[in-house]
Amino acid sequence: MPAQIIQADSTPFNTVAIDPVTLEVIENALRNARIEMDATLVRTAMSPGIREQGDAFPLIADSKGRMIVGQFGSYIGPFLDGFDGTVEEGDLIFLSDPYSVGGAISHSNDWLVLLPVFRNGRLVAYTSMFGHMSDIGGKVPGSMPIDATNIFQEGVRIPPVKIWKQGVYNADLIKLIMHQVRTPEWNIADLNALTAACRVASRRIVEMCERFGDDVYASATDMLLERNYRAMKHLVETSVSEEKVSFEDYICDDGMGYGPYKIKCTMWREDGRVILDFDGTDPQSKASINFFLNENMMKMFFGIYMIMVFDPQILFNDGFYDLIDVRIPAGSLLKPKFPSALSGRTHALGRLFDILGGLLGQGTPEFLNAAGFSSSPHLFYAGTDKDGKWFQLFQIGFGGIPARPMGDGPDGHSLWPGFTNVPNEFLERYFPLRIEVYETVADSGGAGLHRGGNGINMVYRFLEDGVIAIHDDRWFVPPWGVNGGEPGTRARKVLVKNDGTEIVLGNKLEDYEVEAGEQLKFITWGGGGWGDPLERDPALLAKELTQGLVTVEGSRRYGVVLVDGLVDEAATEQLRTEMRAARPEVLPTFNYGPDIETLRANCLAETGLPAPKQPVWHPTAKVAA
Amino acid sequence: MAGTTHIHLAGITMAYRLGVDVGGTFTDLLLLDQASGGFWRHKTPSTPHDSSVGILTGVDAICASAGITPADVEIFLHGTTVATNAVLEGKGARVGLVTTAGYRQIMQIARSFVPGGLAGWIVWPKPVPLAALEDTVEIVGRMDAQGNEIRPIDDADIRAALEKLKSQGIEALTISLVNAYLNGAHENRVAELAAEILPDVPMSLSHIVLPEMQEYERTLTTVANAAVRPIMRTYVRNLRTKLRDSGMAGSLSLLRSDGGLMSSEKAEEHPVSLLMSGPAGGVTGALWVGKNAGIRNILTLDVGGTSTDVALIENLEARRVRTTEVGHLAVRASALDVKTVGAGGGSIAYVPELTGALRVGPQSAGAIPGPVAYGKGGVLPTVTDANVVLGYLPESLLGGTFKLDRAGAKAAVQTIADKLGIGLMEAARGIIDIVNENMFGALRMISVQQGYDPRHFALMGFGGAGPLHVNAVARLMNSWPAISPVSPGVLCALGDATTQMRTETARSFSRRFSETGEAEVQAILSEMAAQTRAELVAEGIADSDVTSLFEIDVRYEGQAFEVPLSIDAETLTRDGLAGITARFDEEHRRLFTFNMDTAHELVNLRAVALGPLLDLKAPALPQGNGDPINAKLRDHELWADGAMAPAVIYDRAKLCAGDIIPGPAIVIEMDSTTLIEAGCTGAVDAVGNILITLA
Repeated sequence: MPAQIIQADSTPFNTVAIDPVTLEVIENALRNARIEMDATLVRTAMSPGIREQGDAFPLIADSKGRMIVGQFGSYIGPFLDGFDGTVEEGDLIFLSDPYSVGGAISHSNDWLVLLPVFRNGRLVAYTSMFGHMSDIGGKVPGSMPIDATNIFQEGVRIPPVKIWKQGVYNADLIKLIMHQVRTPEWNIADLNALTAACRVASRRIVEMCERFGDDVYASATDMLLERNYRAMKHLVETSVSEEKVSFEDYICDDGMGYGPYKIKCTMWREDGRVILDFDGTDPQSKASINFFLNENMMKMFFGIYMIMVFDPQILFNDGFYDLIDVRIPAGSLLKPKFPSALSGRTHALGRLFDILGGLLGQGTPEFLNAAGFSSSPHLFYAGTDKDGKWFQLFQIGFGGIPARPMGDGPDGHSLWPGFTNVPNEFLERYFPLRIEVYETVADSGGAGLHRGGNGINMVYRFLEDGVIAIHDDRWFVPPWGVNGGEPGTRARKVLVKNDGTEIVLGNKLEDYEVEAGEQLKFITWGGGGWGDPLERDPALLAKELTQGLVTVEGSRRYGVVLVDGLVDEAATEQLRTEMRAARPEVLPTFNYGPDIETLRANCLAETGLPAPKQPVWHPTAKVAA
Repeated sequence: MAGTTHIHLAGITMAYRLGVDVGGTFTDLLLLDQASGGFWRHKTPSTPHDSSVGILTGVDAICASAGITPADVEIFLHGTTVATNAVLEGKGARVGLVTTAGYRQIMQIARSFVPGGLAGWIVWPKPVPLAALEDTVEIVGRMDAQGNEIRPIDDADIRAALEKLKSQGIEALTISLVNAYLNGAHENRVAELAAEILPDVPMSLSHIVLPEMQEYERTLTTVANAAVRPIMRTYVRNLRTKLRDSGMAGSLSLLRSDGGLMSSEKAEEHPVSLLMSGPAGGVTGALWVGKNAGIRNILTLDVGGTSTDVALIENLEARRVRTTEVGHLAVRASALDVKTVGAGGGSIAYVPELTGALRVGPQSAGAIPGPVAYGKGGVLPTVTDANVVLGYLPESLLGGTFKLDRAGAKAAVQTIADKLGIGLMEAARGIIDIVNENMFGALRMISVQQGYDPRHFALMGFGGAGPLHVNAVARLMNSWPAISPVSPGVLCALGDATTQMRTETARSFSRRFSETGEAEVQAILSEMAAQTRAELVAEGIADSDVTSLFEIDVRYEGQAFEVPLSIDAETLTRDGLAGITARFDEEHRRLFTFNMDTAHELVNLRAVALGPLLDLKAPALPQGNGDPINAKLRDHELWADGAMAPAVIYDRAKLCAGDIIPGPAIVIEMDSTTLIEAGCTGAVDAVGNILITLA
């Protein structure tokens, strides 16, 4: 039963004509309101994940729940469809269960608040924001057990409930929830911050309605949606072919020894609409790497990639959703069945962007980027210090950005919007650890005319006994290069024991005990390369050698011979000639590196880890057609 | 305004202050007679290849018109964008950076932040670090997060690193080691060896430039300081020599980003404090105007050719922030809280094919080719062109030599009208509405978003085009009166001339209030106060003229955002630390609507020393009878409320105190034009400011 919306005044809005200037003014005001949401959140949140790293996402929707400003598309529609309750003035809805909102939030750590905005008794808008909580209870600190086999192990699950009900605060509810988590102070502050951000935006919307009139505001948001629809319709007609194109990529493993898992997407245009069909994607995993992908979110990803190039000032909204049809097989990795575990979903989320890039770029390779949107590496470190105080770190790392048509991929930067690293001096001051090394890994970016960004080597020295957990990917299947560019190198984690012995750790690891003094080398992937490496200016290699970004040996992948820091012109010419002769005339558009079987065969030797076993699915677990 | 009598007081021969603001197009000068408050203003073209040439030309001219010689100038006060431009244009010195082993790529990785949303990385051009990676070296030695040494440094290792930088030809040196904000001993040893190995290279040490946590921000700030030092040194020394040669023996001070003054010698050492010197001049000028007009709460709107700067003044105190943003860099140095938007007279209007939306800026026609109306080759429609089309900028300005090309402006704006399918005037008005809206957005960020109600503030428009937009923006903000200050075109120079000396020092503290004693805080503050007072005394200010203030940054433990609270020694003694936490709670509630039970953390301490504040009165205008008819130049027509309406053009120099100007009207002067909209009136106050209110 869909939600029941209670309004003192349920008069529908009149559609009125809006001049282009008013429309632009309202668009700007909405953009500013969204900036205000971010600013309010960052200043008042407390967990490092939100306040330092920016892991939170705002949204402003119209009275029907369609996103007018935001990043990941609106979940309000699916929420309202499934919410068996009322939406009233003075309510603030709170939830965290992905299965309650069709996967619009993708794991239980993301706490979401939704504020219906009323003016004179009439619903005019929704504001909403979700952010990643450092801990929500469950079997491990950080609440993202990579070895979970069902969602009940992943901490407290909050169905849609009301923190504020017609203006009355439900303190008992918050008390009950905070009792389930390891970091109640952070969560309370972060929840306050999310709420404050929504309230700020709701004030702005009410002000806009006062200034322009409710009908003008509502008509303007309709027009903004319509504008996106028209823009996207044009793009779809001109850049998506009726011929089917497919692209596939892999999640390396599931943390339980099985992998890789394939994600496949096929795209074509039919009757003026784009079909994105994930048929061919592997069935869901018994472990936690499933990613419950909301169809609307996928539409938004697609739209952003398409529209970005043409009018970057445009405000992304839901207006174009009717033009896209997303088909995800039930029971697949991207539409797992309740109560499947979801806490390792970040890898598939990132991988979708690589797939989207590969899919859209096939027709126009000059606009194609290499791969590298490959993961969102997490480290958890928790324990009790010498003074008996509980500590708990959750940190998001970064890798190499893929090489791009415009140039090299930046070294060690974030592909996620708005994310930043945490200052190491801050970490050292507030957590029992020391960051001994913080650098990028020479040669880790894929070779190419444009080099892929290098991954990061961050060496943590633990100063207290504790447990760690790691989530990362791209350790087995490398990030691919394009247009002649080579793949980037793979991620790697090494623990240096106090006696100097080194142990290669899995990239998906849970509840691993570490001792004070031990060091963890947390190494991330390098971005794929773009274009023919033999075309790269040799002088650039010589410069990057002095910068420590490539090595003498690594420069040979570009056919460049460096002697005493200088380019040996003759030797370079000769090496490049030899390399050209030894390779095919036409370079492949995609260079994935070795095939899966070869990767498996060499896995132990190359990565120090046993090869993942091919997942086997019980016939009843087969994906529903 | 020229012609004010200069009264010689017995024994005082040098009683003039000269404010000089160098902008991209014009150098503005303002000469103040300290005894009478009389002033002279002058505008001369800037000389970008060597701005001292333009300055000296202006100095000669303004002294001549006042009938004095440069020797009569006691204090030369200067706002400059030399440091700003060096950073923006990447023309800083080649900086060598010494870092802790393992941290060589600190500037390369930065904060890993990529701007621009979900797919922003595809089109982001990563800026080159201010200190090149090849000029960055590592040394062994390590402090922990409590400031204890856990690995010693090694002289031989340091020498090798410095020799390497020397061989690479660096022009400035930065030493920034991990956790040095707690203990600078390692940095000091590197500095000692550098003085020996690189004797002529200026040095900047992170624990001195910015003794605060966060290795990237501290390093960046120190590197930025090092990068602009050589340029600043050359600039200041050259200017000083030329001024001395012209006979000026008085002191030379520069305007800091935070609106205070610093001696030119100190500016050479610490140019990172000057990165927002330009915009700070306007805000300090607005403070002076506000004081004279009896208006204490002011929002400022400084509209230039390519951008607009806005700031908030509450109770005649401008808001300050701890971060100075220049281009893509956010440097940790105190600055007035000035927000900049890419909306100015030169902002270009366009209609993207895909969306058919009307966009204005951030691309700008700049000074060259400029707006179409200027006839210097510009072909794209700009905000200025829309103002010309609408009649807000009359074709012939005062002086008559410069005529605007209205036909050209119309043709350009017509292209927008055609794409939108609307009329010419509607399109022009649309461009103005949108650019006003962008300014409005920036003003909201510094007012509403900080918890201030704009209805309690006046809005002051200055800079070339501020008085043209101030009336309309005041309507959007509901901030009245809209003020067109006296001499809006040279307000920055006025600010340079009327502000006071300022210096400050900061220290990281990072401790809970519950673990902190009042006596300890008092002791640190007194020590910091003594240090900053001594700095001003060394500049020649009498100790009795120095005022000390303190600021304490407070947050709830675990937050990333600190609230700076200013306090004096007596209040601290009276109310104790509890008084501070209570004030923090109040401020936090105002900003964010809630308080928390969490412990309060005392993050940073700062001491500020201020020099004497000059009590300079603006000269009064002759009193009129309320009718501005004597100042009327001619009848005019302009676009108001959807139609052309009759209006009057006035000459500002002929207005009298008490004159009431009914809108729509235009008031013109040498370098600025004020628009009074229909439905509003402008009242001329006792000193010549025009205060616009709803009729």
